[in-house]
Amino acid sequence: MKKFINSADDFLKESLQGFGAAHKDIVTCYYNPNFIIRSKYAKKGKVALITGGGSGHEPMHGGFVGYGMLDAACPGFVFSSPSPDQMIAAIEKVDCGSGVLFIVKNYSGDIMNFQMAAEMMTGPSETVLTNDDVAVENSSFTTGRRGVAATIIVEKIVGSLAESGGSLVECKNLGNKVNKNSGSMGVAFSSCIVPAAGKPTFELRSDEMEFGVGIHGEPGRRRDKIKSAKEITNELLNAILEDLKPENKDDILLFVNGMGGTPISELYLIYDNARKMLDNKKIKIARSLVGNYCTSLEMQGASITITKLDQELVNHWDTPVHTAGMRWGM
Amino acid sequence: MSVDFLIKKAKEIKIVIDNNAPEIEKLDQEIGDGDHIFNVQRGIKLVIELEPIIKDLPMSEALNQIAMKVLSGIGGSSGALFGTLFMTMGKSSDIDVGVDYKKAINMFAYGVEAVKQRGKADVGEKTMMDVLIPVANCLKQGIENNKDLKDLMREAIETAEKGMLSTKNLLATKGRASYLGDRSKGHIDPGARSSQLMIKTVCESILNN
Repeated sequence: MKKFINSADDFLKESLQGFGAAHKDIVTCYYNPNFIIRSKYAKKGKVALITGGGSGHEPMHGGFVGYGMLDAACPGFVFSSPSPDQMIAAIEKVDCGSGVLFIVKNYSGDIMNFQMAAEMMTGPSETVLTNDDVAVENSSFTTGRRGVAATIIVEKIVGSLAESGGSLVECKNLGNKVNKNSGSMGVAFSSCIVPAAGKPTFELRSDEMEFGVGIHGEPGRRRDKIKSAKEITNELLNAILEDLKPENKDDILLFVNGMGGTPISELYLIYDNARKMLDNKKIKIARSLVGNYCTSLEMQGASITITKLDQELVNHWDTPVHTAGMRWGM
Repeated sequence: MSVDFLIKKAKEIKIVIDNNAPEIEKLDQEIGDGDHIFNVQRGIKLVIELEPIIKDLPMSEALNQIAMKVLSGIGGSSGALFGTLFMTMGKSSDIDVGVDYKKAINMFAYGVEAVKQRGKADVGEKTMMDVLIPVANCLKQGIENNKDLKDLMREAIETAEKGMLSTKNLLATKGRASYLGDRSKGHIDPGARSSQLMIKTVCESILNN
């Protein structure tokens, strides 16, 4: 294992301390239990957006705490759900009395822990569950589709509504709408290595790829020989479009996400391939996002997310945001 | 059953789990993400470290402290599930005035039912519930029929082993192994194996007492 690391036990603590110190104008980190909140308190009466999940997907979620997006994020151990004591401690700091919206990715551990937090807290809460990974088929026989990169789109758009005074129920409904309008699929060229495990989560030969991979290295639809970027992009897009079935008049957001170990130049190459294919299908790209947002440690790979947009979603996408991982308009 | 009993069993479980760690890790790498053994080992260590804090506490408070420690210290699904088990056991009625084995079995069964609700998994889904549910049922039936305690312990050990082995040919429909689909068949579930080892350890120590 080649990692910038001192000891596996201190990996998360040291990384979080660095994050908190580097972005102290935007966030404040708390430890034992670990959680990240905005350094400037949100205005009174605002619905508090709290999310969390295993670490190893940075900048998700701590990198999206700040004006226009999240109020708090609770990082678990690498690829392991955070625990209710983290959520409860975060709630005490950020709940202004208008309720708490949990944004949770659809994994058994995350669901159980956020559920326990909701049972332990005293005030009102609602949950938006994201499950945009179209790679998971037969979802009625499994835990269901996984929540992946579209979670960030949900966080940005609902974050905007909450900032502008949306109620708890309005925020929840908008979150569900964005999730329903979104589909993602990823592909991996190499495995990630969990620091505590010290070895690759899965083995891939040098000429192979895992098609439909999950953000923790979960198996996808199949293992295949590596193909050209055009062929891979085409397959990812087709899988998503088959699921979302956008109509000609639909505008979309095209989001090309890196898994951590793929250069940005390759992500833009994928974007270029994707936009031409969408153009041929007369699907209009109204908004774009390219970069490493929902990563899987050092995994070499990328995912594509498409969100069908209407005017309401476009307006909320465009509002100012100031977080460590995403910033525009201010 | 006393708080002292709980701590002693945790120490015995630690030895058995440590001895079987490579096997459990390998099972998890086949169908999971490989972290189950670290979670279990971390959880047991944290419970043992609680000894000076909980040893003189009433049973309900000791179990609640164990639950909170496991919940926050393990994290993930295991933390939530084991946390729910101990938290619910600690909420059983009248446990601070003494716990005989019948009460202990009822506490365990009450806890397993709560874990089933929390994880929404039943028998046949290739999880630790394939061990915990049959064992809880076997123990409850045993005390209803006034079975001899040692016979009952032997029966529980057999039931746990049968449940653990049954996971081998099951298709996973819960947790991370479920994404494998048919690829999950042919492997014993690591959570079923670790739970079976824990049950075996506790039952055997009662047998040899």
